[in-house]
Amino acid sequence: MSIEIEGVNKFFGDFAALTDINLTIPTGQLTALLGPSGGGKSTLLRVIAGLEEADSGRVTIEGNDATALPVQKRNVGFVFQHYAAFKHLSVRRNIAFGLEIRKRPKAEIAAKVEELLELVHLTQWGDRKPAQLSGGQRQRMALARALAIEPTVLLLDEPFGALDAKVRKELRDWLRRLHDEVHVTTVFVTHDQEEALEVADQIVVINDGKIEQIGSPDDLYDRPASEFVLSFLGPVTRLGGNLIRPHDIEISRYEQAATASGSITRWTRVGFEVRLEVTPEDALHPEPVQVALTRTEARALDLHVGDRVWLRPAVGAQSVNA
Amino acid sequence: MADAIPTPLDAGPTREARRRVRSKRGPLAYVLRTVVVLYLFFLVVWPVSVVVQRAFAPTDGKPGGVGPLWERLTDPAAIYAFNLTLTISFWAVVINTIFGVGISLLLVRHRFPGRRALSVLIDLPMSVSPVVIGLALVLTYSTSLGIFGDVMQATGLRIINSTPGLIMATAFVSLPLVIREVVPVLEEVGEDSETAAKSLGANGWQTFWRITLPTIKWAVVYGVVLSAARAIGEYGAVRIVSRGAEFNGETATLLIQNEYQAFNEAAAYAAAFVLVVLAVLALVVVTVIRPQESHRS
Repeated sequence: MSIEIEGVNKFFGDFAALTDINLTIPTGQLTALLGPSGGGKSTLLRVIAGLEEADSGRVTIEGNDATALPVQKRNVGFVFQHYAAFKHLSVRRNIAFGLEIRKRPKAEIAAKVEELLELVHLTQWGDRKPAQLSGGQRQRMALARALAIEPTVLLLDEPFGALDAKVRKELRDWLRRLHDEVHVTTVFVTHDQEEALEVADQIVVINDGKIEQIGSPDDLYDRPASEFVLSFLGPVTRLGGNLIRPHDIEISRYEQAATASGSITRWTRVGFEVRLEVTPEDALHPEPVQVALTRTEARALDLHVGDRVWLRPAVGAQSVNA
Repeated sequence: MADAIPTPLDAGPTREARRRVRSKRGPLAYVLRTVVVLYLFFLVVWPVSVVVQRAFAPTDGKPGGVGPLWERLTDPAAIYAFNLTLTISFWAVVINTIFGVGISLLLVRHRFPGRRALSVLIDLPMSVSPVVIGLALVLTYSTSLGIFGDVMQATGLRIINSTPGLIMATAFVSLPLVIREVVPVLEEVGEDSETAAKSLGANGWQTFWRITLPTIKWAVVYGVVLSAARAIGEYGAVRIVSRGAEFNGETATLLIQNEYQAFNEAAAYAAAFVLVVLAVLALVVVTVIRPQESHRS
């Protein structure tokens, strides 16, 4: 049920934006389409919305074949990266737009708009124009506007991409809480793996117009299906021929059974984290290994640049042979 | 929530930067300023003010002042001429506004073969002499020379030497003005809000009336004012397609020329004065609109 995408292909001229996409998006869940820019994730979202027509394949929304339906008939809420606010209308009228088009009674529209203003914490801003709001507020207004029509699916195209880091983080938490409250099937596009891991119930990794992997955030992080997924979801380094996450490497100043040994050649401190570069003495794998540990750990181990250390994968660490 | 934090998008081009440029002072700046002011004075202000002054001054033994000026303007021939000019301008502006907005939407929102060619073609009336435009219309639509001459002769439909021809000529020369105002605004605002309206269920017509038109409103008004000013002042194309005789296709600009050549200078100055007033009015409207436009975006 919910959104079924079967065998969707989309070309822009010679460029294959989407190749044979098969995907089921479960009802009531928050799904992230994650991938690099130009990978086809936005195109897929626009195909679901009906803003872009697939060259072949079918899109079914809640059991109804939507392939040939125009965007007006799909009953989807769409939120844009740059808000797409109706600049000449007040926040209230922006939110009411979909309902006015549907010719709902005035009283019903007013009640619904107030309810939504409260939901997105904009009650006191209702009579302002979008230009008088901050970016975060505008995006919440856009969300309320999309939710007003009680959409079958809520589609968000890089919704927090235009916001600065702090507001972005807040809106991300807020979206998660909102979704727990409203439970509308939601699909959002992002290139930020942290955003996807934090907010989504299900993540679809898309690259080069193909689906790389579908799974829960834990699945993807712990059991990446490919080198691409592993490297896209977080930092990776190479230890003795295997790809591994820098924080999954155990580091010791004392000789022990190890995959590699060498001296610390670089030390970078980023907030609570310490990133080390260890150059192995192994002639087969001479490239530097990245190791990440907390400041407390680094202090406890009494590590310094130039120290000889032994490295091995931590117990339970995931690595991909590559 | 971080309500007070403005996003980088809010910032826009910094006002301080603009002020810094404006307040740059030096001897060269003063020299340049003087040159520009003198240039405008000798080219525009002085000649125009002479026309205004002549309109009120006694000419050829006829008395000057407001009363006689009014008398000259309420002369039946003058009333006919202004009436004709206003009728022509009104229809030319209406036609250009409707087609202008339509063509602008076509140019900006659609990709089709020949789009660039169309864009260039629209500028053609700006670069071709109005006299040539008039001639072209005569060659195409007159009953004697025209390609459709026989058809028009048969149906009794007349374009050249009649009001439709005047409207066509005027619409032709002022065609690009609305488009050139609307296109940049449409390009700047992008398609997102229109797409959003559609996703909320609005059909094409609703999207246009509720979203697109309010967005380009000031650009359209600006284009309309410019078109109207251009239409009222048009001479060359009108000269060719009109008989240009008293009570017979004589527009305000033709009246000025005819009266001036007939040594009836007082009437020519009076009509010229009205055209100056209309032009100044247009400028005032445009100046009032401009700040609003920049405030909006």
